[in-house]
Amino acid sequence: MKHLLSTKDLTRDEAIQILDLAEDMADAGTREVKKLPALRGRTVVNLFFEDSTRTKISFEAAAKRLSADVINFTAKGSSVSKGESLKDTAQTLAAIGADGVVIRHGSSGAPRVLASSGWIDAGVVNAGDGTHEHPTQGLLDAFTMRKRLHGDASRGRALDGVTVTIVGDILHSRVARSNVWLLETLGAEVTLVAPATLLPVGVNTWPVTVSYDLDAAVAAKPDVLMMLRIQSERMNAAFFPNAREYSRQWGFDDERLAQLPAASLVMHPGPMNRGLEISSGAADSARSTIIEQVANGVSIRMAVLYLLLAGGAA
Amino acid sequence: MTARTVLQQDDIARALTRISHEILESNRGSSNLVLLGIPTRGVILAQRIATILNGIEANSAVAGSLDVTMYRDDLAKHPTRVSSPTQIPEGGIDGKTVVLVDDVLYSGRTIRAALDAINDIGRPRAVRLAALVDRGHRELPIRADFVGKNLPSSTEERINVRLTEIDGTDEVTIE
Repeated sequence: MKHLLSTKDLTRDEAIQILDLAEDMADAGTREVKKLPALRGRTVVNLFFEDSTRTKISFEAAAKRLSADVINFTAKGSSVSKGESLKDTAQTLAAIGADGVVIRHGSSGAPRVLASSGWIDAGVVNAGDGTHEHPTQGLLDAFTMRKRLHGDASRGRALDGVTVTIVGDILHSRVARSNVWLLETLGAEVTLVAPATLLPVGVNTWPVTVSYDLDAAVAAKPDVLMMLRIQSERMNAAFFPNAREYSRQWGFDDERLAQLPAASLVMHPGPMNRGLEISSGAADSARSTIIEQVANGVSIRMAVLYLLLAGGAA
Repeated sequence: MTARTVLQQDDIARALTRISHEILESNRGSSNLVLLGIPTRGVILAQRIATILNGIEANSAVAGSLDVTMYRDDLAKHPTRVSSPTQIPEGGIDGKTVVLVDDVLYSGRTIRAALDAINDIGRPRAVRLAALVDRGHRELPIRADFVGKNLPSSTEERINVRLTEIDGTDEVTIE
């Protein structure tokens, strides 16, 4: 594997390999010295054209745990704000000697351009591009589900038969897309719940069931309920009348939490709008995996960086 | 080239029994012993030695596994290797005598990686090395404390250790 651009590209075996490797990485995180020397002497650049807290620090922590050198680049305050193109930025990074580039970009497909352009000969990890994909988020979500559902017997297993309901702004969500492709590869059954205005055109061709009614979805007792953030920065049209109405219809509140089976997981990729798509009661309940997802994110990103950057030519 | 069997099932069992006695002798009993096998076949051998030790002296010899993939010095020279689980027995390794167990001792580079890995996990009182086969050709100043069989070999030859748990049969062959 040279790049990680989309969970669509992953075979079932590759996906399970990443999840298993992340288990070993998580074990290393419990030791006295949490660092591994696997990427000593390699340089990873975090190239962030869009704001991010957890993804950026998560990639940074992952690279540092593997002993790589990390260079952080944010578009704000860089030459990008002077109008530098992606090509020139990439060539600058190549000249500095970057072995891996973690890129977040507002335009769908930017990581693929970087990976296939020949501007830079580095492993490229997509850390979220436009409304396209966020593959490491999909992987860490699958890892979190597997860990909660299978416990210590997780290694080598997929998510066959696990029912996952994803609720919210599917239209703009790269997290939803990465999850849908990966969960389908791993054998899970996915249901999407959203107002019709927040479903993408062509969703009928996705390997999912579509519903518009959150109460019915909760009554179906899914193993996993994943709430998505309402992305106010992308709400440039009247997708729903107002926040209160959205919250009443599609928000996961304390009443709906009470209807959900005790064994079901409540997930959210963060950052949360408490009181809008998820109530504080649900976010902080024992069924919520939100903090675990962040911790698991480091392990998954270590596994991905290791797979992309550690080995030499075959 | 055809494969020649150098150790059969009984030979392996006898070698492990002798190694177990030697470990007990040098450690003066089985207290504070932690056997760490290096994946994959070293883990099986460590478990077998622990079983023998606890049969001789009903004490607390425990076995675990130590993956060294992330510590190898040749990571960048091969296609990416996948790691195996590391399982440190409860109680850790601080102040214990750790016996590393591997199937074949060759260049010594795996053991160097294992020593680095141990360093990140804790501080044992002593680290020893047991190998079922020592085939020579060391590239580092590393030596085994307990050896099942010394097997002088040419670098062109391949030594295969097969164990029932993984391969369905117990034997060591050279080809």
